[in-house]
Amino acid sequence: MSGATAPLVQVEGIGRVFGAGETAVRALDGVDLSVGAGEVVGLKGPSGSGKSTLLNIIACILEPSAGRLLLGGETVWDGAWRVADLRRLRRERIGFIFQFHNLLPFLDATDNVALAMTLAGADVGTARARARDLLDYLQVGHRATAKPARLSGGEAQRVAIARALANRPRVILADEPTAALDSERARVVMDLLRQVAREQQAAILVVTHDEKIFDRFDRMVALRDGRLEAVA
Amino acid sequence: MNLALADIRHRLGRFLMTCVGLGLLMGVALSMIGIYQGVVAEALALSRSLRADLWVVESGTRGPFAESSRLPGDVREMVARLPGVAAAGAITLRTAEMQAPQGVLRVQVMGYEPGRPGGPDAIASGRALGGARFEMVADARARLPVGATVLLGGDRYRVVGTTRGLVASGGDPLVFVTLRDSQELQFKLAPPAARRAQAAGTGGGGTDTVNAVIARLAPGADPAQVAETARRWKHLGALTDAEQSDLLTRSVVNRARVQLGMFTVVLLFVSAVIIALIIYTMTMDKLREIATLKLIGASDGTIVGLVLQQALLLGAAGYAAAVLIVFATRGFFPRTVALGPAEVAVMAGVIGAICVLGSLVSIRAALRIEPQQALGG
Ligand SMILES: Nc1ncnc2c1ncn2[C@@H]1O[C@H](COP(=O)(O)OP(=O)(O)O)[C@@H](O)[C@H]1O
Ligand SMILES: [Mg+2]
Repeated sequence: MSGATAPLVQVEGIGRVFGAGETAVRALDGVDLSVGAGEVVGLKGPSGSGKSTLLNIIACILEPSAGRLLLGGETVWDGAWRVADLRRLRRERIGFIFQFHNLLPFLDATDNVALAMTLAGADVGTARARARDLLDYLQVGHRATAKPARLSGGEAQRVAIARALANRPRVILADEPTAALDSERARVVMDLLRQVAREQQAAILVVTHDEKIFDRFDRMVALRDGRLEAVA
Repeated sequence: MNLALADIRHRLGRFLMTCVGLGLLMGVALSMIGIYQGVVAEALALSRSLRADLWVVESGTRGPFAESSRLPGDVREMVARLPGVAAAGAITLRTAEMQAPQGVLRVQVMGYEPGRPGGPDAIASGRALGGARFEMVADARARLPVGATVLLGGDRYRVVGTTRGLVASGGDPLVFVTLRDSQELQFKLAPPAARRAQAAGTGGGGTDTVNAVIARLAPGADPAQVAETARRWKHLGALTDAEQSDLLTRSVVNRARVQLGMFTVVLLFVSAVIIALIIYTMTMDKLREIATLKLIGASDGTIVGLVLQQALLLGAAGYAAAVLIVFATRGFFPRTVALGPAEVAVMAGVIGAICVLGSLVSIRAALRIEPQQALGG
């Protein structure tokens, strides 16, 4: 299968068990999912159904127990990691918007975004300029010099989104990115992600509980007890 | 954008407090090294100032500093006539307490004949001793200004000059008086029984007793050979200046040196443990941030750099504080704190090495942090 036509994200029979023996938890069980370029897919499911686990596996933060994971047509995991430098893969190809924003407390908003780019080799000047553009784009440009502790939940979340977009990744994963936002802002963020998907031909997978934005997805899938269910 | 600096700036107050504490600790270690050097330098300062080529002492002793030595006063003429000797001077040396304006002062009193070897090489203020009685040249460490008067052995002495850096091996300042005054002092300060025996002429030696004869040699004369002559033909003890210096640094101040050296090693070891602990705490405080860095794809190099740079910044700032503290307070130390650029640089290297070694455990811990640890509330 060639990388150009393959879906950017391919999850094949992925399973994940936490713990062992009596207390083992089967968080994911035979999950199949693919997300193509330019597609925005919503992932819902009750709490504890395995949504975060699935996202972390696709982001190569968590190792699966079974199945196969391909990114851009390249096998990333099938029984073992097939990519030598996972962090490099993460930094160059995946944008992750965490459930808790995970900004570095000692850097201001601009540098939190710019850091993602300098880690990937950009020079500081270019990185900061693009960081400010991104913050403007996400309507938090006026908070560019604020440290995370002085940002509101919504502002911090938008800075985190800017960071996820910084290296123009082809795969964007978001774990409840609109949980801390009011419905107005949630719609703005979703429209923005749709725009990124279209413009960068990125594959976007968003975990959400938020029924108000279900109409913003190309497709919805649901997890229940670690198994994926189709959604009408 | 430097992560190490940014994080330090973010918690600057805490960092500076840590640096001051570390600075005090390293300052103590640094001043130990200074005192160690000072003890060695002080031990040699007197013999260097006297510009002696040869020390003639009582046979079988290694005086006058390491062991007590007594010689009849006429030994001076005998030594002066030895081939190769250009000049010879008799000296006495004893510790005494004197009544100074600021209180009782313990000093090492050295008597010599003005015009002959035995006096200080350089005068810092005032003048050297003339022939007059009850004059004194005191070292600056005694904190006696020119013109001050002190009571010594019941006599009133006037300070006519000062020297710098001349102290006994115990740290007591040196004062110089004429040989005649010192011999009288010797008699006055002796226990009553010995004094009676001496006055009756039955104690042996009479009052014309000295502790050593210092000789300067003619150009080209071999000190070892002159010493050998003195030993073999005159039944005197003789030490070359090299032997005397060796004796001073090895045996006289050896215990103090070893003690200080051990303290320094212990302090450096304690500093190393504390630095390692501080770096470990600093790193573990950033567990979540380090995990986040890994999440967004930071390489191991970035993580190692963060820990190592902070360790070195901590060491550098702490050491800067230490140097400032020691140089600001060195005048208040009772003993000379001899620190030059060489000592400061060597210590900087040691601290740097300690910081690198101390951060190894933290680096290992930081590299083991899993990116998942940043997830969740
Ligand atoms: N690190 C972990 N260790 C043990 N169990 C875990 C771990 N992470 C998740 N789980 C378990 O896996 C299941 C799925 O969790 P998660 O993916 O966080 O669900 P969701 O994000 O849908 O709420 C839950 O039962 C949870 O307790
Ligand atoms: Mg979750």
